[in-house]
Amino acid sequence: MSDASVLETDVAIVGAGPAGIAAAVAARAEGARTLLLDSAPRPGGQIWRHRDPAQLPASGRRWIERLSGSGAEWIHSANAIDLPAPGVLIAEREGRAFTIRWRSLVIATGATERLLPFPGWTLPNVFGVGGLQALLKAGASVAARRVIVAGSGPLLLPVASSLAAAGATIRLVAEQAPALRVYRFAGALWSDPVRLAQAARYRAGFRRARYRCGTWIVRVDPVGSALSVTLTDGRRIWTDRTDLVAVGYGLVPDVRLARLAGCSIASGCVAVDRSQRTSVPSVFCAGEPTGIAGADSAVAQGRLAGAAAAGARRTGGAASRARRFAARLDRAFALRPDLRALPDPATIVCRCEDVSLGEIGEGWSARQIKLYTRAGMGPCQGRVCQPALEFLRRTGADAVRLPLFPAPVGLLADHANRDEGDS
Amino acid sequence: MPELVEFTVDGVTCRAAPGTSLAAAMLDAGVTAFRRSRTGEPRGPVCGMGICFECRVAIDGIAHRRACLEPVRAGMTVRTGE
Repeated sequence: MSDASVLETDVAIVGAGPAGIAAAVAARAEGARTLLLDSAPRPGGQIWRHRDPAQLPASGRRWIERLSGSGAEWIHSANAIDLPAPGVLIAEREGRAFTIRWRSLVIATGATERLLPFPGWTLPNVFGVGGLQALLKAGASVAARRVIVAGSGPLLLPVASSLAAAGATIRLVAEQAPALRVYRFAGALWSDPVRLAQAARYRAGFRRARYRCGTWIVRVDPVGSALSVTLTDGRRIWTDRTDLVAVGYGLVPDVRLARLAGCSIASGCVAVDRSQRTSVPSVFCAGEPTGIAGADSAVAQGRLAGAAAAGARRTGGAASRARRFAARLDRAFALRPDLRALPDPATIVCRCEDVSLGEIGEGWSARQIKLYTRAGMGPCQGRVCQPALEFLRRTGADAVRLPLFPAPVGLLADHANRDEGDS
Repeated sequence: MPELVEFTVDGVTCRAAPGTSLAAAMLDAGVTAFRRSRTGEPRGPVCGMGICFECRVAIDGIAHRRACLEPVRAGMTVRTGE
């Protein structure tokens, strides 16, 4: 990246996972100047996170090779922080703000993990499921460590499988959804042989451990350097010892940037047409923000979005297939009401500001919660506690607060001054 | 086997394979408390992808860096507990 604080491009893409990479390659193929930005040091997002491309599945390796040969400008370690006007994106890198002027914007911001509070969820060595997976891919060693994988959704299987392959002892994989619904969902995968084969491979990866449906973590307590995990299936309660816990309750589309851009959101997902165009004509969206449907769908949507953002007439059914898959996923792994009873009044809900559940009044709106307790006002800007509170207290999503990522105080003022100087 | 890079955490020398994220390298070195919360609780990495901000440490004197987003570099000085 050059030192210039204003970059010009035809297509700006935020997020370098499968959707963003495919969009960048497709936009370049149409001849558009293309710029791809991500907070990580390397392209790949979460699913194609890697230290060495040789570790990647063939499709990931191929797309990352295509990206590096595409001529798209790659800006790593940068966070999108604001969209102050149409055609203008402000981003931050190493504490410095810069402006990207774009004709089309592709939002490929992926998803975050839904973490739910229970006593002990803030202890060190209690991770998200995707979280422990990300750390493993980033080089963490789990050899000979005991792990309990818990929560909900199809992510539990591949993560348990890759932890086992890295030498961890999987004590248990606990899925909160009832077996009937999980197996019905798996059964429906007969129409999707690729996904079915994947699921079978993952299950084989940790075949010595139990995969228990209708089971969830009640609390975690420290015991020396280990953890004592209390589990239940709703009838029986028992405890188990482990070194690490990975617990996450599915993925939540990251629609913050899209909300900021003014895009219509339906049922928590960004609404797009057959060319991945959002309700804002110059803004496109691809991948998990349109509905949780995995990497293959993200690539298909990214190709459409990139081409369309570059001005090509290209349409397809990728987004509507993704929405149907996401709806099936939601039904199969719907969260059981029992999980609302896990946190006690002293359990911290907002990890940034240490706000406990007892401090939050019943029936408060998302806005009241922020104003009265500062929950959601810390550096993560509610990315962790907001999805949790939406479930625990049925609060709706609040308006997006700026900046999207914490920026040094001087930075925004600095930037505003420079803009004034320009005009 | 690539040569390991050396870095320090609170003055203690640690080693990690190049390309490892600082968060992963610190966990491997046995560090679990990366920061102290507002009420003094120890906290460590959770999301591994730059969202939760629980793995914040000071790197080479610069506060509030997310260890999960930083590749470990030779000579890095890391301070926990901020």
